[in-house]
Amino acid sequence: MIGIFLLVTILICGLLYINKNTIFHYTLVIIYTIVLWALGIYEYGHLNTTELVFFKTDALGILLLLSLCIVAIPAFYHSYRYISMHNETPRSRGLFFAAMIMLISACSMAYLSDHIAVTWIFVEITTLSASVLIYHHRNIRALEGVWKYVFICAISITFIYIGILFLSLAMKEAGIEDMSFDSIRNNYDNLNLFWLKLAFLFIFTGFTAKIGLVPMYTAGIDAKDKAPAPAGALFSSILMNMGFIGIYRIYAVVSYTEIQHWASVIIIISAILSIFVATVYMTHIKNIKRMFAYSSIEHMGIVMLGLAVGGIGVYAAILHIVLHTFVKPSLFFQFNQIYRVYQSKSIYDVGHYFKYNRTGAIVVLLGFISATAMPPSGLFISEFLIFQALFESRHIFILIAVLILLTMIIWGFGTNIFKLLFTPPTIINEDKIPRINPLDSVSQFVLLALAAYLAYAPPTTFVELIQDAATLIQ
Amino acid sequence: MTDILLITFTITLLFMSIANRIYTYLNILIFQGFILFGVTFITLTDINTTNLILILLETIVFKALAVPMFIKYIIKRNSITREAEPYLPNFISLIIVTLIIVITIILSSAVEDQNLDKTFFVVALSNLFIGLYLIVSRKKIITHVIGYLVIENGVFVLALAVGNEMPMLLNLGIMLDIFASVLILGIFFNKLGDVLKDPDVNLLRNLKD
Repeated sequence: MIGIFLLVTILICGLLYINKNTIFHYTLVIIYTIVLWALGIYEYGHLNTTELVFFKTDALGILLLLSLCIVAIPAFYHSYRYISMHNETPRSRGLFFAAMIMLISACSMAYLSDHIAVTWIFVEITTLSASVLIYHHRNIRALEGVWKYVFICAISITFIYIGILFLSLAMKEAGIEDMSFDSIRNNYDNLNLFWLKLAFLFIFTGFTAKIGLVPMYTAGIDAKDKAPAPAGALFSSILMNMGFIGIYRIYAVVSYTEIQHWASVIIIISAILSIFVATVYMTHIKNIKRMFAYSSIEHMGIVMLGLAVGGIGVYAAILHIVLHTFVKPSLFFQFNQIYRVYQSKSIYDVGHYFKYNRTGAIVVLLGFISATAMPPSGLFISEFLIFQALFESRHIFILIAVLILLTMIIWGFGTNIFKLLFTPPTIINEDKIPRINPLDSVSQFVLLALAAYLAYAPPTTFVELIQDAATLIQ
Repeated sequence: MTDILLITFTITLLFMSIANRIYTYLNILIFQGFILFGVTFITLTDINTTNLILILLETIVFKALAVPMFIKYIIKRNSITREAEPYLPNFISLIIVTLIIVITIILSSAVEDQNLDKTFFVVALSNLFIGLYLIVSRKKIITHVIGYLVIENGVFVLALAVGNEMPMLLNLGIMLDIFASVLILGIFFNKLGDVLKDPDVNLLRNLKD
């Protein structure tokens, strides 16, 4: 199935690039969505079977793949709306959808890959496809965004590659040839710890560019800001998940060895710095889209904290990342409509959103509640469990620091969101405001409701999959 | 013989730290490409012929000829000035680069491993850090790209150290090289000239909070 999926992806991308017909383009996108769902359902039915030598669907892979399938549908719908609003040329439309399909396929393959080198190849492909999406508008700001993104990602994949080289040195003494995650994990007690340490350090640093943690988070912020909002939604969900799965798999190997404690300290430092950076920017940021991007950085920091402290924290981290995949895109999808009303990203130019687009305003309000993890948000459950894990593992000072930082984030986030919703805008010409179709907000409601449903009344299979995925970590 | 080549390779880095003109950087890159060819030829004895040819193509054709020539073309096309424009004086650069090499030697002496030739390790790591240093200490975007190419060369040396046992990793490294260079130079840098008249990093400084 994976082979067919890859072939279909290449074929559809090629056709989108060559052909210029509107109806043909959208037919291809619909066919791709069907194939993507077929892949998701097929892989769900064939858990833990090896395909094409390098791919093996495990619990974590299928969880992230199915969330990707769900997010892909509204992403394509909002891309369609975005493209039709902007009078794009057929060529730029074809390129946009081809790049988006390439990005989605590369992310799904990275989730399913069981071999670190194969994961790395798909990480490279995401850089390529994401850069096409960022450069969609072809102006100087987009150019700046794409330049920074490409350069930092190029350095990050070099780091991952160096990590893989060190990993191969660590395996050399053990006499392991096969670099699949399973084989490395099974031979953990033979690995050379010195090289494993170096490998973990480099691979972790490399993946921070994708997941959005200190030190390499900067590239992602500019990317989400300059890319069209539907693409930004994908960057802040499925692309970050890809970074997560990379770190998770290498940490799963490390967690069985003696250097587990050292590795968890590294992750905790990076996580706290990320939350700190997010706090600093979110308390004084004036660009709505960048604010959403920084909010993602904060959530990834929390996820990494859960992963590092272990226990219930690992379960909560996976739950958090799945729920975040639904919450953050809904805010990004809604941003498109905010922009259509005010023609600005700046918080100074917006206001009274309830008056101009009531349905959208409710989405923003619910999205704010969800993203700041206030009940009844689904993220409340996962964050609560992560705090519990921090408490149980006696990381009290970290817990207090994180709670203070999160409070400040809620304040910063809330100030801007309430300004957008309730206070009047400074200058606005009400005649020029277009009427926003309430149907454009339906997908956001569905995603937010899904996040709440999965957190408060999770289906048994969902819980079992997360538990199964969490067993990878010692 | 490998040691002599690798030491020469490191010396070119010292030279790079005090170079003033961008063409000097390019000449050093070409020289490094040829040294890498030599090292590959001597080191990789257990590898099959197809792989060897691939690696030789990568070092000579790609690293030593294609990329520097392409950068030269870009410099001409966008009429970029020849000065490298470092933020720090050359003397201080030289001291920093020397310090980086000394520190990597000290670091590597702490490593106890039979499987790795330490010369490779020292050269690779110093290349990596000096490449990063070149990126942060130079003003122009084109010198950032050159700094990145220096990092790539360092990574290639490291890959050579494990290349005999795991040729797959070497091939991956080649892929990384070609992918990143093509992406950065080919697709992107070409566009930069269309939008900007003077590709100076200062013009790309507006995305911030």
